[in-house]
Amino acid sequence: MSPDQEKNTGSDRILVAMSGGVDSSVAAALLVEQGREVVGVTLNLAGDTSRCCSLEDADDARKVAETLGIRFFVANYADRFREEVIEEFADSYLRGETPIPCVACNKRFKFDYLMDRASVFGAETVATGHYARVSKSSETGLFELRRPRDTNKDQTYFLFQLDQAQLAGTSFPLGDMSKEEVRLRAADLGLATAHKPESQEICFVPDGDYARVVEKIRPEATRLTGDLVDSSGQTLGQHKGVHRFTIGQRHGLGISSNRRLYVKEIRAKTQEVIVGDAKDLDETLAHVNQVNWISGSLPSAPVRARVQVRYRHAGVPATITPLPDQRAQLVFDEPVRAIAPGQAAVFYGLDDDMEQGERVLGGGWLSSQASS
Amino acid sequence: MKRIYLDHNATTPLREEVAEAMSKILFSEFGNPTSTHEEGARARTHVETSRERVAQCLGAKSAEIIFTAGASESNNTVLATLLDPELPRRGLITSTVEHPSILEPARQLEKAGVPVTWIPVDRDGRVSPERVFEAADRGPALVSLIWANNETGVLQPIQEIAAGLEHRGIPLHVDATQTVGKCPVDLQSTPIAYLSCSAHKLNGPKGTGCLVARGHSPVHPLLLGGPQERRRRGGTENVAGIVGFGLACQLAHVELSERIKAYSELRDHLWQSLSERIGGLRRNGTSEHVLPNTLNLQFAGAAGEVMVQALDLEGIAVSMGAACHSGSVSPSHVLTEMGLSSEEARSSLRLSVGQGLTLDDISRAAESIARVARRAQEASAA
Repeated sequence: MSPDQEKNTGSDRILVAMSGGVDSSVAAALLVEQGREVVGVTLNLAGDTSRCCSLEDADDARKVAETLGIRFFVANYADRFREEVIEEFADSYLRGETPIPCVACNKRFKFDYLMDRASVFGAETVATGHYARVSKSSETGLFELRRPRDTNKDQTYFLFQLDQAQLAGTSFPLGDMSKEEVRLRAADLGLATAHKPESQEICFVPDGDYARVVEKIRPEATRLTGDLVDSSGQTLGQHKGVHRFTIGQRHGLGISSNRRLYVKEIRAKTQEVIVGDAKDLDETLAHVNQVNWISGSLPSAPVRARVQVRYRHAGVPATITPLPDQRAQLVFDEPVRAIAPGQAAVFYGLDDDMEQGERVLGGGWLSSQASS
Repeated sequence: MKRIYLDHNATTPLREEVAEAMSKILFSEFGNPTSTHEEGARARTHVETSRERVAQCLGAKSAEIIFTAGASESNNTVLATLLDPELPRRGLITSTVEHPSILEPARQLEKAGVPVTWIPVDRDGRVSPERVFEAADRGPALVSLIWANNETGVLQPIQEIAAGLEHRGIPLHVDATQTVGKCPVDLQSTPIAYLSCSAHKLNGPKGTGCLVARGHSPVHPLLLGGPQERRRRGGTENVAGIVGFGLACQLAHVELSERIKAYSELRDHLWQSLSERIGGLRRNGTSEHVLPNTLNLQFAGAAGEVMVQALDLEGIAVSMGAACHSGSVSPSHVLTEMGLSSEEARSSLRLSVGQGLTLDDISRAAESIARVARRAQEASAA
């Protein structure tokens, strides 16, 4: 094969991460329509046993690939997924945090690992079915990550860890489409996944029973006990481990009181769960660590941004002051309720054009009050 | 661009003559060989002619050939005989690098209380005859060994083991699925009680094969329900498949020495082209006692799974090991039993040549493999 031929086969090829859901199916279909040589890849993260990212989903993706007439492969990462995502999820709960495993999963599996795979395939780009937009600024030459047109489906919160190199090799074909359009398109194309229900928020906790997952991964968690304490230090009851709680939780505390009590703070070291009234949950100050700035450069002065502290959060204007060691301080313009360590705080450009989608400036992991 | 198929240990393309012979049967000979009328008799003749061809290829007697749906069934049938409570001796000796169609029934036997002795392999992938004999001296009911390993192509010292076991009066079953058609197999000169093989590994059709049960070796049918195969395998015969198998065996028998020469030449060219282009390329298993068509290679630092997929996109079919393992996450048990780390096993590929390939194909494949290996090594180093 001559060098020219090799270039031709490589340049047009694009890898599409196909989950077996409707979004990535349509993303692949759109790229086929554009004439790209699409290679579908499904992540098998669960091994042969669990339901999520399972071989069943792989079968759905395979059917779609057959309909579209594209090549299709399964990428087996079950061992790494268990180590890097599920075990980290359990340990985070045991540290008294409320983890959000989808961020690390997205970054490592859909971007790092699939980009490596794409490079071996001779493809330069990985496309996914995320609702997000990526573009190159003509002014700065930098890649920008922006909210999608369908703000209800916005998934940029999960993508704040991407860097310039990753954005350069990423394509989000659904960024300018609504979910409704995506479903219609899937039905038009006769894709097997057109009417498939939305996937769970955390794929390996399909029934929402986090505590059971934590205890399965770290069986020692079943022996944990501790006290529920109010802000005055009075013990109100006992509990079976801090991994059963999250900041702002009201139900399932197992104590009777004439007040409405919420989890305000979780102290993993002493296994104390501090409860208080709704107003005790309000915070105007928070700290984040492992901060990623999408531009790749650390701002030299405090930054004004809209900060979103959980996935479904409207965001609050705040001033972000970068600190050493990839940390930052967040001061919110108005109180924010139930800031949970382990969740991400994602920064969006305050004065951005909503039509083009607010830019993701960066983000970091909310740290516990004790360490902040 | 023409695809280059380097996965002949997974399965082989059907020979044209075989396909023609089979289609004649499919179109015109629909009879049931058990029927007594003319249609049945004609079908029966085809089955019996094929039985003779298979027997001749293996150096066995016609009556010793039991047609099955392939070597997996044959292997399961042999191991199931060990459940017979009236056997004079108990227990199985087998190796840790068997095909799953031995490993899994052997584990079932263990669960059922039949003692199983697992013989390990050395770094070369071979069992030591002494260890087999040592275990055999405890008087098991059967020794079962794979002749040529499907993943590495490594040949076990079957001649020596067969002779030693004959001396001890212990029956030997040999899984010769990869051996027939690639190496001389002559049951007349090798004292083997049972032998399994499959048609599709020697350019015959899928879904057919045989179990050879020599002399008075007992066979308990897995499938009950008919007088077929001398009551050793129930079910109406797969006439077209058997005819294809018979012809494939005949061709393999006649062409054996030229095949061995051609396969060795292709394999050696592949090895040479690759080792020139890829630094630190390592061969898994002995290069001395090995099938003429198989290379199992370690591409240090590269992810084998990704290489298989990238090569597929380049038009080249290779595998990480057994076809049944593709899509699974665990590293090859054959390689880890030989002392490779999981990482080393995961960076290994099986390349197996066969009919229809030219030296030019091999040169082109070697270039692609070298290019993909470099990219895979860079990706994992990043």
